[in-house]
Amino acid sequence: MAVTAYLDHAATTPMLDEALAAYVAAAREAGNPSSLHAAGRHARRLVEESRERIAAVLGARPSEVIFTSGGTEADNLAVKGIFWARRAGSLNRSRVVASAVEHHAVMDTAEWLGTHEGAQLSWLPVDGAGRVDPASLAELLAAYGEEIAVVSVQWANNEVGTIQPVAELARLAAEAGVPFHTDAVQAVGQVPVDFTASGAAAMTVTGHKVGGPVGVGALLLGRDVACTPLLHGGGQERDVRSGTLDTAGVAAFATAVEITVKSQAAYAERVGSLRDELVRRVVAAVPDAILNGDPADRLAGNAHFSFPGCEGDALLLLLDAQGVCCSTGSACSAGVAQPSHVLLAMGADEDRARSSLRFTLGHTSTSHDVDALLAALPGAVERARRATAWKTPR
Amino acid sequence: MSGGVDSAVAAARAHAAGHDVTGVHLALARNPQTYRTGARGCCTLEDSRDARRAADVIGIPFYVWDMAEQFQASVVDDFVAEYSAGRTPNPCLRCNEKIKFEAVLDRAVALGFDAVVTGHHARLGADGLLRRSVDEGKDQSYVLAVLTRAQLDRAVFPLGDSTKAQVREEAAERGLAVADKPDSHDICFIADGDTQGFLRGKLGDAPGDIVDGRTGERLGGHNGAYGFTVGQRKGLDLRVPAADGRPRYVLSITPVTNTVTVGPREDLEVGTVSASKVIWHGAASPLECDVQLRAHGEVYPATVTIEGDTLTARLHTPARGVAAGQAIVAYQRSPEGDVVLGSATITAAAPAAPVPPSSALPVASRA
Repeated sequence: MAVTAYLDHAATTPMLDEALAAYVAAAREAGNPSSLHAAGRHARRLVEESRERIAAVLGARPSEVIFTSGGTEADNLAVKGIFWARRAGSLNRSRVVASAVEHHAVMDTAEWLGTHEGAQLSWLPVDGAGRVDPASLAELLAAYGEEIAVVSVQWANNEVGTIQPVAELARLAAEAGVPFHTDAVQAVGQVPVDFTASGAAAMTVTGHKVGGPVGVGALLLGRDVACTPLLHGGGQERDVRSGTLDTAGVAAFATAVEITVKSQAAYAERVGSLRDELVRRVVAAVPDAILNGDPADRLAGNAHFSFPGCEGDALLLLLDAQGVCCSTGSACSAGVAQPSHVLLAMGADEDRARSSLRFTLGHTSTSHDVDALLAALPGAVERARRATAWKTPR
Repeated sequence: MSGGVDSAVAAARAHAAGHDVTGVHLALARNPQTYRTGARGCCTLEDSRDARRAADVIGIPFYVWDMAEQFQASVVDDFVAEYSAGRTPNPCLRCNEKIKFEAVLDRAVALGFDAVVTGHHARLGADGLLRRSVDEGKDQSYVLAVLTRAQLDRAVFPLGDSTKAQVREEAAERGLAVADKPDSHDICFIADGDTQGFLRGKLGDAPGDIVDGRTGERLGGHNGAYGFTVGQRKGLDLRVPAADGRPRYVLSITPVTNTVTVGPREDLEVGTVSASKVIWHGAASPLECDVQLRAHGEVYPATVTIEGDTLTARLHTPARGVAAGQAIVAYQRSPEGDVVLGSATITAAAPAAPVPPSSALPVASRA
């Protein structure tokens, strides 16, 4: 079946032509940025210019940009690296605080620290819209203070699109002397993101959510934030991250970040109104559909629904058969749909969590995508409702 | 699509025949790592990946369906309950009956599909009759005979006309990497193949007596009647030799008294088999046909009578080691492949010829 509507831009979005061109141009050339000869110097110049471009549009200093293999590595580096460095300073600093709706790259990293490194974990609850209440962080900071090694709260949620009060959370953590990390993978290009202004100590960004390539990302890491490396070797990135720099990937990443951030306002207006149209039409076609997440303060491209009486994975199959690509949220390694931890944390029951579907728009989206979705959705919902009976044991 | 060669080729054939085919892999364990690892099971991450790759090569969509809850309730719990009731269940049969052609089929039909295609070795042609595979060694009609007419009407078995060797050859020709994957044999939800250990973990120790079927004498003890199967000879661990020095076999298991009854080989011989939960495809009874009493077991000519929900088979040659809980499947001989007439669950077996009454009782008391 040909794809008639790609509504999964939050999973990955097509590369921008400019980013692809930058990638191809750089990939044709020889040169390891760490080499001392002319070819190496040329590659190094490309990397450093890319670093400066990213720093400039994200409100960081160039030296604060640590290139990584993507968002997952950057999240691991921030949470583990800051935890290890803080605990090395004092064995009492062994508590990790994160929101209950983090991406698995943060959540599972924290769980791993709990299991293998003796970390104590505190999960910040969220309200029905998926938002962390800063008062709950203030309480934890008052209770544990310096014992907290690191706090990590995403800038915006990858499933329901709710935007978190990052600046306020970062300020509270900073006042208590605790480093604050934010996973901004979904936020960059969708909402204004300024690293320095946010007050965060560390921030994760990645290429393939902004029209860059998969496999390259960065951790923006404040210059005075101690962080123990995950990867040891040549010490390429401030001795915090080793590994030969991916010159072509970095150049394409920088191109995509720069274009996306500079056009963010126009994007948010265009895609936001397309998203509003999608939400309006879905609710008109399926009146009992529930829009999850904050109705207003959410990512421009995100629409996330529960369809009562349906299994999300049945709906996905039926829409896929009509060429409509979307997502049910989190999936485990065997490909079995699990009820989303995000929706459960928001207070949804398991049925509502299992009945959810995420549609995410992006830079290539048009009203034709919305038309294709609406052409397929009512029939799919009707069939999926009938299929729910299969669950009832005889 | 289990990740094995049969379902991959079945999917490829259905697709090649022009059907709109979607591949489905069943996740049957809540935690996939707890079921068998390696190439033999049907529930591992590796099998899921193999199935996905086969679907990619064929060019069909592929999904994993979570059937863990239904599988636990309908197959695993049933397996344990049957053993604890002194019967010998067939979990593959139960999985066909309750999972593949009920839970999966119902869901598929609701989603707009017409049929479930599987890689079972059995024939189901335009005449609607279920027949043995041309590969008698691989024939799986015994574990499909439990399907009702309505289930068979929505089943497609594309492999029945091929031998396993032909299926493997075709898989290789089609570029399906599972072509030389080993066959699965054992019970997929018992990771190490140790059925007794699995049952002991579920049912615990339940010590009881091993008694002589003819004299009623206590010969020894056991730690759980579920550890025994009718016809079993080894592992009885009896300290008292038989008077005539001949080997003894498990004749029956009586859950009420937790007793395992043993006796000489001839006391295993069964002439009449009774069964319930009859699935019958319409042939008038009584009739002469063949019956099969266990998977891959031999067939016996018999007179079969259906009365209500009871099937009675009078065997013309005695069978040995007939276990309650197994299926009795009736076949009509045919040059185009033996036809399944029906299936039922064995409840009791009675001896072939008149024998001393004391030996008849335990066998018949199994119900």
